[in-house]
Order: sequence, then structure tokens, then C-alpha cells
Amino acid sequence: MKRYSLFSLVRNGINHHSNWDRVWRNPNPRPEYDVVIIGGGGHGLATAYYLAKEHKITKIAVLEKGYIGGGNTGRNTEIVRSNYLWDEAAQLYEFSLKLWQNLSSELNFNLMYSKKGVLNLGHSLQDMRDISRRVNANRLNGIDSELLSTEEVKGLVPIINTSPDTRYPILGASLQKRGGTARHDGVAWGFGRAADAFGVDIIQGCEVVGIRQEDGSAVGVDTTKGYIKAKKIGVAVAGHSTVLANMAGFRLPIETHPLQAWVTDPIKPVLDVVVMSNSVHAYVSQTDRGELLAGAGIDAYVGYGQRGSFSVLEHAASSIIELFPIFSRIRVVRQWGGIVDTTPDACPIIGKTPLKGLFLNCGWGTGGYKATPGSGWVFAYTIANDTPHNLNEPFSLERFITGKLIDEHGAAGVAH
Amino acid sequence: MLMIDCPWCGNRDESEFMYGGEGNIVRPQDPESISDDSWSDYLFMRKNTKGLYMEQWLHSYGCRRWFLAERETVSYEILNTHKIGEINPESKS
Amino acid sequence: MRGAYRLNSGGRLDRDRPLEFTFNGRIYSGYVGDTLASALLANGVRLVGRSFKYHRPRGIVGSGSEEPNALVQLGKNPRTSPNQIATQIELYDGLSASSVNCWPSVKFDIRSLTGMFSSLLPPGFYYKTFMWPRFLWGLYELILRRSGGYGVAPDMKDPDRYDKINAHCDVLIVGSGPAGLSAAVEAGRTGARVILVDEQAEFGGSILNANENYHKSHGMNWVSSILDELKLMPEVTLLPRSTAFGYYDHNFVGVLERVTDHSSISDGLSPRQRIWRVRAKEVVLATGSIERPLVFQNNDRPGVMLASSVSAYINRYAVKLGSSAVVFTNNDSAYSSVLDLLSSGVDVAGVIDPRPKPNGTLPNIVRSHGVPIFDSSVIVDVKGSKNIRAVELMNIDYDSKKIYGKSHKLRCDLVAVSGGWNPTVHLHSQSGGTLRYDVSKSCFVPGINSQNEQSVGSCNGTFDLKECIDDGIKAGSRAAYATGFGVGEWSENTACTDFQTEDPLCPMWKVPSSGNESKWTKQFVDFQTDTSSSDIYIAAREGYESIQHVKRYTTLGMGNDQGKLGNINGIGILADALGQDISDIGTTTFRPNYTPISYGALAGPDKGILFDPVRKTAIHEWHEAAGAKFENVGQWKRPWFYPRGREFMEEAVERECLAVRESVGVLDASTLGKIDIKGPNATDFLERVYTNSWRKLQVGQCRYGLMLGEDGMVMDDGVTAKLEDDHYLMHTTSSGAGNVMNWLELWLQTEWPDLNVYLTSVTDQWATIQINGPNSRNLLSKICEGIDLTNDAFPYMAVRRGVVAGVQARIFRVSFVGELSYEINVNADYGLHLWESVIGAGKNYGITPFGTEAMHLLRAEKGYVIVGQDTDGSMTPSDLGMNWIITKRKDDFLGKRSLSREDSIRTDRKQLVGLITEDPSTVIPEGSQVISSSSGSVPVPMLGHITSSYMSPTLGHSIALGFVEGGHSKLGEKVYVSINDSKVISAFISNPVFYDPQGKRQDV
Repeated sequence: MKRYSLFSLVRNGINHHSNWDRVWRNPNPRPEYDVVIIGGGGHGLATAYYLAKEHKITKIAVLEKGYIGGGNTGRNTEIVRSNYLWDEAAQLYEFSLKLWQNLSSELNFNLMYSKKGVLNLGHSLQDMRDISRRVNANRLNGIDSELLSTEEVKGLVPIINTSPDTRYPILGASLQKRGGTARHDGVAWGFGRAADAFGVDIIQGCEVVGIRQEDGSAVGVDTTKGYIKAKKIGVAVAGHSTVLANMAGFRLPIETHPLQAWVTDPIKPVLDVVVMSNSVHAYVSQTDRGELLAGAGIDAYVGYGQRGSFSVLEHAASSIIELFPIFSRIRVVRQWGGIVDTTPDACPIIGKTPLKGLFLNCGWGTGGYKATPGSGWVFAYTIANDTPHNLNEPFSLERFITGKLIDEHGAAGVAH
Repeated sequence: MLMIDCPWCGNRDESEFMYGGEGNIVRPQDPESISDDSWSDYLFMRKNTKGLYMEQWLHSYGCRRWFLAERETVSYEILNTHKIGEINPESKS
Repeated sequence: MRGAYRLNSGGRLDRDRPLEFTFNGRIYSGYVGDTLASALLANGVRLVGRSFKYHRPRGIVGSGSEEPNALVQLGKNPRTSPNQIATQIELYDGLSASSVNCWPSVKFDIRSLTGMFSSLLPPGFYYKTFMWPRFLWGLYELILRRSGGYGVAPDMKDPDRYDKINAHCDVLIVGSGPAGLSAAVEAGRTGARVILVDEQAEFGGSILNANENYHKSHGMNWVSSILDELKLMPEVTLLPRSTAFGYYDHNFVGVLERVTDHSSISDGLSPRQRIWRVRAKEVVLATGSIERPLVFQNNDRPGVMLASSVSAYINRYAVKLGSSAVVFTNNDSAYSSVLDLLSSGVDVAGVIDPRPKPNGTLPNIVRSHGVPIFDSSVIVDVKGSKNIRAVELMNIDYDSKKIYGKSHKLRCDLVAVSGGWNPTVHLHSQSGGTLRYDVSKSCFVPGINSQNEQSVGSCNGTFDLKECIDDGIKAGSRAAYATGFGVGEWSENTACTDFQTEDPLCPMWKVPSSGNESKWTKQFVDFQTDTSSSDIYIAAREGYESIQHVKRYTTLGMGNDQGKLGNINGIGILADALGQDISDIGTTTFRPNYTPISYGALAGPDKGILFDPVRKTAIHEWHEAAGAKFENVGQWKRPWFYPRGREFMEEAVERECLAVRESVGVLDASTLGKIDIKGPNATDFLERVYTNSWRKLQVGQCRYGLMLGEDGMVMDDGVTAKLEDDHYLMHTTSSGAGNVMNWLELWLQTEWPDLNVYLTSVTDQWATIQINGPNSRNLLSKICEGIDLTNDAFPYMAVRRGVVAGVQARIFRVSFVGELSYEINVNADYGLHLWESVIGAGKNYGITPFGTEAMHLLRAEKGYVIVGQDTDGSMTPSDLGMNWIITKRKDDFLGKRSLSREDSIRTDRKQLVGLITEDPSTVIPEGSQVISSSSGSVPVPMLGHITSSYMSPTLGHSIALGFVEGGHSKLGEKVYVSINDSKVISAFISNPVFYDPQGKRQDV
């Protein structure tokens, strides 16, 4: 892999950028791999990368039915943070956040990880109790988190409406300064390029249509490009997890829901913090291009359609104007939807499955993007060692039998 | 924006309804006699079908009746709706 | 008055109504009927903006929503709007606009120096650099951010009003060109409810821009006759200035009507914009098509325009666009622009056409006018910067698509280009319809439909006028028939009967260039984002092969025009780069919105006070008059505390608490959820939804109940009273009322239809007033008739009916504060009357109204939890120390099975405890975490957290409720509560009941 740098940019400028290396090869699938990862999103590509880098496994394929990064990786609102309530979740997301810090250099691909800070607003006394509880838990877990008064919120985001006369006044907020955004496409491409450099075969346009088993173990996958044998199989397909589980013959506690996001015209910088509100139901940040990137909650019904209902956008528009009255005349250019796999406790499932040799990484709901590097890292560990890492052990499928859920619905703020 | 045919009231906009998830999940007759596994299956495991899905909706800003709808989860087309307990001859899922 | 480039006659302008406007600080004039774009052109203003990346000078290219360059900041604060498209802004008197994203001015923009470094700015350059040193990324980003963005947000609240309307119709027709109008009138004649929308101020679509005859008279005469007929149809709604911006599921189409944007004076009544939420049984899309530009070196110079727009500015707006023009086209349609140019007095230096011998009807007419046609030729460069001086031509070999020979120059100041037409398939695609590449027409056309929708006219790839009208008529008839109107027959096309002969178009996604494609960085594909053909070749060579990857890597189509001009050329160029067929590449997904929609319009009236309904109790006005501070509880506004004089909250709450403990206090508890449960199986029903037993409860008695989710976690709680054998009144928490009602109905209707039980939410029907404190019986006795209030006759946890303050009432002897208490329910209409009567009767006892804060404090002294404050959905009854409420006598109730799961029976679960601080005056902040030692480094293990915490005025020390791991077996143990990392508060674990543990005070 030829490295990217200002120097290489200048050098390539001389011959009109026609000699750059390919970011990844376009290989045909080999008949057999040590590990096949199904799903070429951020999580799948990160898993392949860490399998190769940390565990020295070389014969790896990532199978992607469309183009890499085309699912939720490329459809989210780019928010990165780790201020989760429960220890298990906080530690996993914090591990991920630490990986983000150095990821651009490590992958030699600028992911534009921008520590602009993430504000979670509180609008009721109960919101503020929940926020305090989370801030305190975060700090004791070693995660930076601050409790802000209304005035401090106003100081940080002068354009926000902190009037006490609004329907749901802002009573305060939590702030995670190391939180922020990172360029979503770059994450898929950066991991893809780095994995490819380790010899990982990224096979796009290759849909898995069946999982073959022998003696209770997964042994390979039938794909639109033929049968591929695999010693181990990892599944990281987000909204389609149930479809894959059906192929393998087990059930999941997952519902797939549309999650919408949208972007406005680019305007000159007015908002340099990510602002999220759970009870007024919206989150907004401004991209480097100047667009306001926003989202809200999931659509209530199960949907695989990568689109949601207009009413979600209408409600969120009301919320955004409540928070930012000056955005009323700013225009929404484009809206789109991802499909997210939600679990009953709003926490992921990362680990082994009832089928030997088949590993599952799913259930991230609306929170998957920010976890990309950490998720890939622990999933790679789990696949390589046939046993979960301490960090993802609590996130097993068994917790739905024992009842040991990690309920991030309760007080964790919006899970995005 | 779905248009949902409430079997009691007729076609109404999605915003009048509340979603209730997978329909026709039967509560175990004697929960104490079944394993944690089976209880978990009832409690949490969902078909989440990509394709035809039987689900329950509440006409919450209307007649307040729960009913069943058979919906295609990719196209979102609703094939039919019917009252709880009614046998639906058109049902395909 | 008129601009120097205004033709003396013609156009659809009202020349009797001149207008003045300002652009970039200079005053110009125009007419009613102008757009900002046409008025600028008529004043000779060509340079209107700067490009995003290189800040190249840009002029107006198009005449409608496809315009990529002419973005302006429109209007003044607080009504200023960024990035408005000049071609879509109707001119009004006093309009003020300026160019965006240039400094100090559009003529001299300092950032145009960026162009000198263009070799360092290939697509995605930012992914490849700014990585070292890492700490500098923040600075790099600041610089990038500054250069991003076009216009500016207003800095004040929007003074304008927005509205919404729900509309149902049989047939919605989008677009009022030849096909749309034909469809509308045909459908309208059947009596069907028809809505016709068009984004322009006038109906007519492409006819407005053309100089075409329909049946020997001008096309607009035909339009007028159709409109006259439509206006007489009572079931037809005509919506001009209305853009169908999004096609959603189940034939729901969002339409934005710009109600007053075109006028400087607001009538004070009309909203600025209105969204029509249209639900149509059938939709006819007649959205037309957008001309494709041609891609060649410096094709972005101001003065290079779409040929169709050149015609529009001449025919519709009477603008003389230059003195000498060149028309560059690969198809016949642009030849009509040659005729329009000639008619407007512009010399046409030549038509440049890559085809060997264009021989259609139009080229032959042009030839007969003596205009030179340079066939087998292409433009390879444009000379000039802020204006065009000349174009450079070369020959092209039609078969090999290679340029050859010597170039030569042709002087001109205007270049009209046409690369063919792209059907406007956006809405069809949004509806879920597929697209297919039509090789013979060189464009993507609608494929298979997914909803009740049909595309007609040029948006369906039908470019011949007669066919457009034919198809429109049929579509209108079919759509109406499908909804039950008409007989499925259609009338004859009398408007236009002639076919024109056309030579096939020569597909050309970019003009071939010599040598390395990567070096041609100024052949622009997407003007707004400065994406050049070289960017696409570079991206493809780097391995970004999917069109989606190319879009994201090069930013092709990411502007606010969403690539209406550039996308298809981009796809064609990618196909060339990859050596694939364009049909294999496919398109990127068409996403709403078709054109941008403001947040204000999307929110409509639902903001401010209407953001979310405010629920007020019947007594709300009294609380307001008493100076209460309010707390939001769900949608309710509840009195939080009632400060007297200059009291601080703590003082007021202390006073309110002491009044309850010592004499009597009154609370408006009307927000408590109330569900009326009736039917022979009502008791069976309660048995199943609550954890405790209800069989032995007598009529006239109340019982506290705990409701679990099926996961065994506490969901809600409250007191239920037995009014008759088959009649109960259930109380729920204030904010949980709606959920509980849905939950109960779910079970009753889906799982237990055999139970004969009826549920009615009666929260709003009853006003609930609680009088609490040792003097409450004395007080009540003064206003209550017909009830023996003695403890024996009306004991704790009983319910009675009677008359209070002259009103029929239900009285419940229940207490949430641990005192002698009565909860009185009366018809909500009498709520205020009862409240005032209670206050009046209580004067002698110093009756004190108290709010939620005092109520929360008082119940915390009693160790009562509040579901939602103390619980978070992860607590079992056992965690709350409430095993007593789980009856052993029942085989089953909702949630029971989950309580025996492995995790539910752990002994080290977090359990409800009281905490008493070592220093009695220290109040632990709510939300604090409990830890086991006073020091330690992160991560510090957490034992639990504090959910409620107060200074108890009654007890004289602070109290707290919280959850601690294995807390029930840790009574008396010392723990620490962490404050701000460094500080800890030490406290002892106690029983959560701090006050009157025997419960004597409520039972007197």
C-alpha cells in the first residue's frame, strides 16, 4: 500500500493523479477462506482488518452484496461518542472511541474525526436526573463527561433557544468533549483499503443466499458468485441479521426499523457542536461542507425499505426549530433512510451463535456507527479465539434467556 | 406514509395508528412449566420477516381497536387487514 | 426603465408593471413576470456566483429548478434565505439579493486563487492528507469549514407563518406541460377529484418557453383554453407555484406551495408557504425533462447556457442574451434555439454538431436561414473568463468518437448547448419505480411501477409533442377510470397532429479529449460541486467503481440541485472509464426532496405553543393566579411549588411540607391516570395484570397494585378501587397513563377476548384533589355531606361516594404522603369549584396548596418510589423490596415467569435502599453514583446510584433513595457517593422508610 501524504499528493499532482494505487483490488472469490465475513460495511471491514492485523489470519474474504459502505455506514449522521450509561456499554463504546483517536493515522486515511463535542440536552427534571446519573457514571468509568447548566449550553451554542418560555425549555445538558463526528464513507474506505493491503479479499456484488452446515457446524456460504468454503463465518449485516439467522436456522431478538437522516443546503458555519435532544427528539450537527446533518428516532414499524415516513421528518423539523429558531429558513435538500437492527435492550449482540463456526455481530440499532472500530476489534478477537473478549462477553445472545439485559433505553439519552 | 385500512373504520393515515410489532404471538398457556429458553423465545425472538409479515396495529386515535395487518416489509404494501380472532382467508404469511 | 438587454416586444411580461430590485448592492429594473435570473440577464448581468471548490466565475445556465450556479442570498434579516435559486425566484418590487460564497465580491473573489492549486485538490484529497501532525487536524478543519457553506443563516427567529393542509384526491397530476394539461382536463371531465400542481407561477410547462404553434395558433392559446375549462370544474384544484417534492409510500405526495414568496407585501393573513399532504388514488407524473449540458473544457464560463434555457429567456422573458452565439448540440431539438436566437436579433455564428449530416426538419430550416452548420465537429475549449470571447472547434470522427485535425476558433459571446434530454424521473423513482436505460433515446426512462402512478410525456422519454398530448389524454382517462370515474375512453388529440422528423441523437457524455483524461480538470460535469470529468476518471482508476462510491468520492450530485444537470453525464463518463455499458452502471438513488424545502415549511404550524399539546388540569388557572411555578410532566403542566413573596424554592417546599405534616395541604392530582374498568370479568382481568390478588377485595375498598412488563420489570403502579362487584377505577402514574391504557387494551383484545371487560380512560373526566394532613378530616367534614368520616366507618384504603361542596364525589382514603389523606374525585367541570371550596374551608387550618416537589419529598420520607424517577425499567418488585406484593396464590400474572430467570434471582442485584448522610446537612445530588471506597482510580466500580434526594424538613436531616448492589443485606453499612471525581459524601445504608415506619399517621 503506497502511503497517502501531502508529499504523495504533490507528486501525484504532477502526472494528474493517474498513478495512484487502487484503494482495493476487485478479486474473484477463492474457493475457500479461513474466515468469511458477510457484510462489507464498516463493522465487517473493520473485523477483517483486525483479524488480519491483530490475529495474523490471512485468508479472509469480506462478502458485500452491494458496494462497501453502502448500508448504514454510509447512511448515518456521523456521530461518535461513548457516554453510555451502563458499565458494559460504556466500556465497549469507550474502547471504540479510543481507537477512533488514532484511526486516521493507523489506516493512513483521513477519517476527519472531529472532536467538536456532543451535547445531550435535558428538558425536564427527570431528564436532568438521568443526565446527571449518566455523567457521574461516565466519569467514574474514566469517560470525559460534563454537566452543563442552561447558561453554559448557551455559551457553547449561542444560536440555541434557551428561553424558559419554550414548550420544553432546556434545563441543562451533558457534554462529551471528545465526542464529535467522523466522515462516514471514509471509515468504510479506510478500513477497506487497509484490509486489502493485508491481503483481505473484498468481494463486492456478492450476496450470500445460503449457509451450509455439516455436523452442526457452518462450513461455507452459497453466494451469487458460487459456493465459498469457510472455516469460520462472521455475520455483520445490520438490518439483515434476521435474514442471515434464518439461513443458519436460529431466531434473533431483533426488529429491523427504518432510521432516517437528512441534510440541508450548505451554509456558513453556525454550529460547531453536535446537539442531541432525547425529549425534543432530534439531533443536529454541521458538516465541514456546511450542511446541517440531522436525524431523529426510528420509524415505529418494521421496514427493510431504506426509507421512512414523511411524518418523522415533519416532527423533527418542529423539534429543530424549537431548538434553533434561526434554522426555519434553511432548506432540507435530501433525506434518506437506513435500516437498523434493534434489540429489546438497545445493546448489540456480539458473539457466538447456536451454530458452531458462525459468529454474529448485530443489534446495534441506531448506535452502530460510532462503535465501528471497537466492534470490529472485539468481533475479530471473538472469531479468532473462538471465545468472546471481556469487552463483548456481556453482549451475548444468551442474555435474552438469562435476563441479564443491559438496558440502555432507560437513561442513556438518545442512542445514536 | 402508510395508509392503513382499519377493519373497523376504513382507510386512515398512519399517524392515527400505533404499531404493535409481530402479530399472532401466542402467550404460553402455562409459563411456569416452560424452560427459560422457551420463555425467551416468546418474550424476545421475532420473525422480523423481510417480506410478508403479520403484525398488529392499534387504531389509537380512532376506534382504539387492535387488529392484524399483513404487510410487505420491503414495499410496505399492506395486503390485508383483519379483526383479531378473524380467520383471514387471504393471509399468505 | 427596461434593461439594456431587453427585447422591445414579446415575452410573458407585464410591461405596465415595472419593478426595481437590488443585486450585489446595485439597483436594477425588471417587470412582473420576470424571474431574478431573467431580470439579471436583461440587465446584462452575467456573472452571478462563484463555484464551491475553485471559486470560478459562474453565470446562469438554466431557467428552472435545474440551475446549479445562480445561488443567491435572498432578502434581509430576519427574512433572509440562503442559497435560493435565481431562476426560481419571481421578481418583486424591492427584492434584494446577493451572490453567495465569494469575498470581497463576486467579481474579485480572493478564493479563486484556489484554482492555482487545483492539481493538489483531486477528488477526495482530504482523505489523503491533513493527517500529520495529528493535533493540527483541528486547525485544518477550521480552514476547511470556513471555506465550506454558501449562504448564511438569518440570525433571528423567522417572522413568517407556515401552514399545512391534508388533501385527498382521485387523480394528482404533477406538471402542467402538454402532457399534464391533457391528462388534467381529460380526468377532470369525468368528474374525478383532480389536483394539478406545477412548480412554476404559470401553467404551461415547456409551452411557456417555446415559440411553438398548436394547430396554427400559439401554444399558450391552447393552454388558456384548457385552463378555462379546468377552472369551471368544481372538483379540480389548480395549484401553481407548487412543487411536488417527495413521493412517499401509499401514494402520499408532499407538495410545497409558495403562497407569498413572489410578493414583497404580505397580506398579513396568508402563510409564506404551505405544504399540501396529498393522498392520491392515482398519480400522473408529467414532470417533463431537463436538458443535459455537454461536457468540454471550460464549459462553465458565464455565457454557456442550456439551449432550452436560451429559448426560454428569449421567448418567455424577452431577453437578448448576446450579440453573437454559437449553438453546440448533439441532437435536433437545440436547432429551434437557433431560430429563437435569430428572431431575437442575435447573430448565430454557427451550429456545432458532432453528427455527420444532420438532416431533420429543424436542421434543414436552420440551414435555409443561412446559419453555418459545422457538422462532425465539437467544441474543445471556451476562451474568456468572466465573459466568453470565442470557442475552439475540432473535428470528430463519428464512429470512433475521436477528435482530429486542427482546431479553429469561432468568435462569440454566448454558447447554447444541448446534450440531449433527461426525463425528470425523480418522483417515479422515489415512488419505488424502477428505471431502465433506453439506448435509442440515450436516457433513463421509467421502468416498472411500484405504486398507482404513471409517467407521461417527456418524463417518460416521449419527446414528440403529438405523442406527449396523446399519452397525456390517455393517462388522464385511465387514471380517472381506475378510481371509478369515466368509462375508460378518451377524446381525440385535436391540439397537435404533426410529427417532426428527427435524426437520432449522437450520445456524448463528454466531448472526447486528447491524451490522459485525468488532466482535463476543467471539463465540468457538476457545476455546483465543481466535479470535473477528470475527477470521475481518477476515482474509477483508484477503484471507486460503484456509481455510489463515485458520487461520494467526487461529490458528484451532492449539491442542492442534487445533480439535476450533471448526474447522467457523470454516469456516462464512469461507464466510459470502466469500459462498461451505462445500463450496467445504473443511477444513484433519487431521494426526496426534488427541490429543497425549508424546515419552517416542514414544521408548518407545529412550533412554539403548538409544538406539543399542553395539558392543563381544570384548576390550572387558579395555580397560575397563585403564582405557582410549573413542571412539565409528560404533556402536563403541574404546579411544582407555590412561592410566597420572595421565597426561594427550598423555602417554599419546606413550608409546604410542614403544612402537610402539621395541619393540612392540598394537591391537584388530576393528572393521575384513571381507567374505568367494568364488566363481569373485571376481577379476573386485574388478577392477570397485577402481581397481587384482587379476589378478596370488597366493594368500597382500595388496593395498591404493581404492574409488570412481561420481562418482569416494574412498569407502572397505582391504587385501584372497587366501586361495584364488576366495576373498578384504576389509577396509574401521570406520565404512564397512555401506555398503560394501550397495554391493557392489547391484552384484552388480542390475548383474552374471552374476558368480558370494558376499559375507558377517564383521566380528563375527573378532577382529583388530595387533602393531606392531620386536619384533613376536620376540613373535609365541613364540606362533605352524607358520609360518615370516622375512622371506623371510613377507614384507610376505603372508597366512598357522597357530596362534597355540593357536588357528587368519590372519595378515596389513600395517601402518598403518609398522612391522614383524602383523594376527592369530582366531574372535571366542578374541579375548580371544589378546589376553591377546599381552600375556603381550610382557611382556619392554614391550608397550604403544595406542588410536585413537596409531594415528591413527602413520599420520599415514606420510602414510596415513583415509577419513572426511582425505577428505570430494569427493576423487579423484589429489587424494590416489594416481594410482599407478589402473591403466591396465583399461578400466573403478566411478567411472573420472568421473575424466576437466572438474572432475576441474583442476590447482588441493585436494590432499593435509603441513604442517610454522615453529615445530616449534606444533600446528595440526585443522579450521583454510589461507590464502596472513598478513593480509587478510574474505572471506579459503582455499587448503584441515587434516584431521589432531599433535605427533610420534618426529620431535620437529609434523606435519599437509591439502588445499591445487594443493598437489602447491607443495612447500616457505610458507602460513599462520588461528587465531581474528587469529592465524596459518606452515607449509611438504611431502610428506605424514614418517616412513620408503622404507618400510624395515615391510619387515624
